[in-house]
Amino acid sequence: MAATEERTYVGASVPRKEDARLLTGQAQFVDDLTVPGMVWAAVVRSPYAHARIKSVDVSAAMQADGVVAAYSGSDLAQDWSGSLPCAWPVTEDLKSPNHWPLAPDKARFAGDAVAVVVARTRVQAKDAAELVEVDYEPLPAVTDVEAAAADGAPLVHDEFGTNRSYEWKLAAGEVEKVFADAEVTVKERYRQQRLIPNAMEPRGVLAVPVPANGELTLYSSTQIPHVLRTTLSGVLGMPEAKLRIVAPDVGGGFGSKVDVYAEEALCLALARKLGVPVKWTEERSEGYLATIHGRDVIQEIELAATAEGKITGVRVNLTAAMGAYLQLVTPGIPLLGAWLYCGCYEMQAYDFTCVGVFTNTTPTDAYRGAGRPEATYAIERVVDALARKVGKDPVEIRRLNFITEFPATLVSGLTVDSGDFNASLDAALERLGYEDVRAEQAARRDRGDAKQLGIGFSTYIEMCGLAPSRILSALRYGAGGWETATIRCLPTGTVQVVSGTTPHGQSHATTFSQIVADRLGVSPDDVEFLYGDTAVSTAGMDTYGSRSLAVGGVALYHAADKVIAKARQIVSHQLEVSGDDLEYEAGRFSVRGSPDRGMTVQAAALEAWTAHNLPDGMEPGLSESAVYDPPNFSWPSGCHIAVVEIDTETGDTRLIRYVAVDDVGAVINPMIVDGQVHGGVAQGVAQALYEEAVYDDDGNLVTSSMTSYLVPSAAELPSFEIGRTVTESPTNPLGVKGVGETGTIASTAAVINAVLDALSPYGVTDIDMPASPERVWRAIEGARS
Amino acid sequence: MIPSAFDYEVAGSVDQAVELLGSSGEAKLLAGGHSLLPLMKLRFARPELLVDIGRLSELSYVREDGGSVAIGALTRHHDLANDPVLGSACPLVAYAAGLIGDPQVRHRGTIGGAVAHGDPASDLPAVLLALDAELVARGPGGERRIAAGEFFKDFLETDLEPQEMLTEISVPKIGSSGWSYVKFNRRAQDWAMVGAAAVVHRDNGTIVEAAIGLTNMGTTPLRASAVEQALAGAGAGAVADAAQKAGEGTHPPSDANASADYRRHLAGVIVRRAVEEALAR
Repeated sequence: MAATEERTYVGASVPRKEDARLLTGQAQFVDDLTVPGMVWAAVVRSPYAHARIKSVDVSAAMQADGVVAAYSGSDLAQDWSGSLPCAWPVTEDLKSPNHWPLAPDKARFAGDAVAVVVARTRVQAKDAAELVEVDYEPLPAVTDVEAAAADGAPLVHDEFGTNRSYEWKLAAGEVEKVFADAEVTVKERYRQQRLIPNAMEPRGVLAVPVPANGELTLYSSTQIPHVLRTTLSGVLGMPEAKLRIVAPDVGGGFGSKVDVYAEEALCLALARKLGVPVKWTEERSEGYLATIHGRDVIQEIELAATAEGKITGVRVNLTAAMGAYLQLVTPGIPLLGAWLYCGCYEMQAYDFTCVGVFTNTTPTDAYRGAGRPEATYAIERVVDALARKVGKDPVEIRRLNFITEFPATLVSGLTVDSGDFNASLDAALERLGYEDVRAEQAARRDRGDAKQLGIGFSTYIEMCGLAPSRILSALRYGAGGWETATIRCLPTGTVQVVSGTTPHGQSHATTFSQIVADRLGVSPDDVEFLYGDTAVSTAGMDTYGSRSLAVGGVALYHAADKVIAKARQIVSHQLEVSGDDLEYEAGRFSVRGSPDRGMTVQAAALEAWTAHNLPDGMEPGLSESAVYDPPNFSWPSGCHIAVVEIDTETGDTRLIRYVAVDDVGAVINPMIVDGQVHGGVAQGVAQALYEEAVYDDDGNLVTSSMTSYLVPSAAELPSFEIGRTVTESPTNPLGVKGVGETGTIASTAAVINAVLDALSPYGVTDIDMPASPERVWRAIEGARS
Repeated sequence: MIPSAFDYEVAGSVDQAVELLGSSGEAKLLAGGHSLLPLMKLRFARPELLVDIGRLSELSYVREDGGSVAIGALTRHHDLANDPVLGSACPLVAYAAGLIGDPQVRHRGTIGGAVAHGDPASDLPAVLLALDAELVARGPGGERRIAAGEFFKDFLETDLEPQEMLTEISVPKIGSSGWSYVKFNRRAQDWAMVGAAAVVHRDNGTIVEAAIGLTNMGTTPLRASAVEQALAGAGAGAVADAAQKAGEGTHPPSDANASADYRRHLAGVIVRRAVEEALAR
C-alpha cells in the first residue's frame, strides 16, 4: 500500500461483519434451503473396501413409502459425459482411473457410492436406501500405502497392473557428491497418519433444474463454485453457461471442500433426469467415509551436514496414498510440499521423489496446509535429529543454518521474497522465557519427577498465495492461479465488492471491507461483499492455499486503483484542473494548494451515474474490475515453540504452553489473523497428539465417528501465546502473505519435537503420530528395557 | 444421524411408564437420552417405542435417608455434582458426576440412565460398585432392591427386567472414609479409558477396608478384589505393591485408543493414585 495512503481500518481489529448473522442463526447453509417440489437423495455405500458388484436390486426400495426413483451405477452409466475430474495430472504418464459418481462394477473403498434412492422426504430416502440389495463379491483389499506399493499387492484398479499412479522427481545441485562428502548424515523415517478434515458443516447439495431450457442451479457447500461450474458441466455434458453454482454460507472446509464430489454430479444428474429439485445432506458418519481425507504419507528424509552441523543437502522419498481414486487435486497434494523440504535453511543439494499409490481407502486430497505441513514436519524433525547427532541445542542448529539474505533462492529453486527467521525465533524465545523453561526441565529431571517437560521448535516457511499461473502450467495443473475482484460504486455512496474467492469462515467480508474502506474513504459498513454465486461473481479461482487475501485481496487493491483513476478523471473534468494537480487522500481529491476545492470518490460515483457531465468519450458508471495473477508465491514464516508435560507413568502427554510468532507480512485485521493462527495451531496439535484415521485389516474405517476419532476441544489446549514479526511482502502492494495455513504447517513438528525432547533422557528418538498415551508409554518402556 | 421410525409416548407416572414398557416388544425408556439417542441415530439401536420419562420430576431428588443418601433416578449429573447433601455425605458421587462428558451432557444425562445403560466405560457404575450402593427398581410386580454388585451383568446388560424401571439409587454416607475417583482419558469429554473409584476406611494409620471400583476394565464395572484384599489391614506403605494387582481378574477391551495390556498397566497406576488420594483426604 502506498506509503502516503492513510490506514484507518487496515491494521485494526474491526469486529467481524459476518458474526451477527452467524450467531443469530440467520446464516443460510445448504441444508437450510428448501424449494418447492424438492425431493431427497440417499446414497447406498459399499460396506466392503473392495468388492465386485454382481447385482443391484432396487425393487424393494422402489416399493417403499415416498420413493420416487432408485438407481444403480449401471443404471446411470449413460448420464455421464465424463469422469469426476482430476485437474492435476502431475506427470505425463499419470495413471488416472475413471471415477464415476456411482460405481458401476466395483466398489474400491468402504463408503464408495454404489446406488442412490430418491424419495419425498429425507427420512423416507434413508429408510428406503436400506432396502437396496447389493450382491457383492468381496475382493482382497489393501489400505496400507507401503503394502499397496509392494509387488503382489491386491490391485485397486486392475487395468493399470500396478497401484503406482505416478513418480515425480525434483533435484538440484550435486546430490551424490554432497552426500558422499558429508561429514555427518542423519536419516529418518516418518509417518504422516491419515486425517479426517471434520468441517463443522457437513457437505450438502441442492440441484434445481429448469427443465424447459436445460438450466441447472447447484447449491453446494463448497470452497470452489467457479471450478465446479467448469468441471461439472463436463461431467454432465451440458453447456457451462447453463450451469450456475451457488456456495451459500459454508461452515468450514479445511480443504475438504476443494473438490468435485460424486454427490454434486449425482444430484445434478437426478434433477435433470427427474425434472425436480434434488437435495442431499451428508450425515457426519457418512462424511467420514465420503469426504476426502488428508495426509497418509510415508516420508524418508536424509540430511548431509558438516561435523559442526551446517547442512549441505537433503534427500527425500515420499510414498503417498492417493486412496481409491484421484479426486480434484489428489496427486498434487504431496507435491505442494516438494520445494519445502529444505525448510528455511541454506544448503547446496536437493533431491525429492514422490510416488503416489492407490489404496482401498477414501481418496486423499487437500487438507489444511496440503503438503506443506508434511514437509515442515520432516525437515524440522530431522534438523532436531541432526542437532542431537552433532551435540547442539535446537536453537543453535537453526541459527547456524538459517537463510539470512532476501530475496533468497531456495536450493529447491523457488525465490522467497522476504523474511527474517532470526527475528521470529528471537521473539518466540523471549516470549517463552526459554532459559527459565529449560531450568525447570532440568530441575524436574534431577528430581526424577513423574511429570517431565519437553520443549519443541518449529521454524517454518510456507509457500502459499496459490499461485502464479505460469508455475502452475509448469506443474501440469489444469487451471490458472489468478483471482478477480470488482468494485461497484453505487450512486448513493455505498460500495459493492464482488470477489472471485469465496469464504467458508475466513472473514472475507470484514477484511476486504477494511481494504476498500481505506482506499475509497468510506466506512467498512458501507461496503457490501458479494461472492459465491457464479451468476454474481462470474469468474474466480476460489478459496484454498491461503490465497484469498494474498491473491484476491491484491486484485481488489488493483480494482480500487482503477476506480480512483477513473474518479480522478471525472473530478479533474468537473473542477477543471489537471489530474496531476489533484491530491488524493482518504477518498477525497483536492486541488493542490487549495484543499477546500475537492470532491470525494462517492460524489464522483454519483456524477458517473447521472453521466450529465463526464469527459468526452467516457463510459458512464464507476465500476471497475481487476484480475491479479501473482508473479510469485507468498512466503509466511515464523517460529513456534511447544512445551509438553509427559506423565512418564502413564504416557499422558499434555500441551501446556504454546508460543507462535508468525511473519505473515502486513496484517489487515489482527483479531482475524489471531483467530486463524489459533485454529491452525489447534489443528496441527490435533495431528501431533490426537487424531488418526484407522482402517482394520479388512479395510473398514475403525475410527468411524467422533467417539473414536479424537478431535481435541478447547479443554485439551492451553491458551496460545501469539506474537508477530512483520516483513511486508515486496511482491504485492498490500505487503500481505496469507495466514490460513500457517498454524497447521508449523505446529505439528513443534509438538512432536517437544515430546521427543521430554523423552530424550530415556534415549527415545522417534515416536509415531499421534503421540497417544500408549505410544508414549511404550516408548518409555521400550527404552527402559 | 437419522434414527429408524419409532413410536413415542410420554409417561405421566412411574406406573404408567412400567405399563408402557410392557406395551411393545422393544420399548426403551428415554431419560436424558445421551446414551440412547446417539445409538439410535447411528441405527445401532432401533427401539419400536420410546417411553419418555423425562417429565417425572418426582424422580429428581437427593435426600438423606438414615445412614444413606437416596438419589432419584432422574437426577441429572449437573445436579449431583452440585448437591450439598451429597457433597457432605457422599462426595465421591458428586465429584465423579462432575467428570462425566461435557456440560451439555451433564445438564441432560441422569444417574438412572447412566446406570441402567450398563456401559462399563461410564463413571458412575464403578463408583456405585465401590460404594456398595443399592438400586431400586419398579416393575409390574412392584419394587425390589438390587445390590450394585448384582446389578451389572454384561456389556450393556443389567439385572433389570424388560418391564422394570430404575427409580432410586441409594448410596451410604461415607463419614470420615477417604475417597477418590481417578479418571484417565485423552479428551475431557470422553468416556474413561480406565477409571478407578476408591473408598478407604482408616483407623490410626491402618487401612481397615478399601473398596475399589474399576471403570472400563471389562464388560461390566469391576471391583479390584485382589487390591482390596492386599490393602485390608495394611499400612500406607503397602499401597504401591497392592495397586500392582489392579489388573488381576480383569478383561479390558482393546480399541483404537488403548490395548488391553496398556489398560492393565494404567489400572495399576491410577488405582495407586486413587488410594493415595483417598488416604490423603
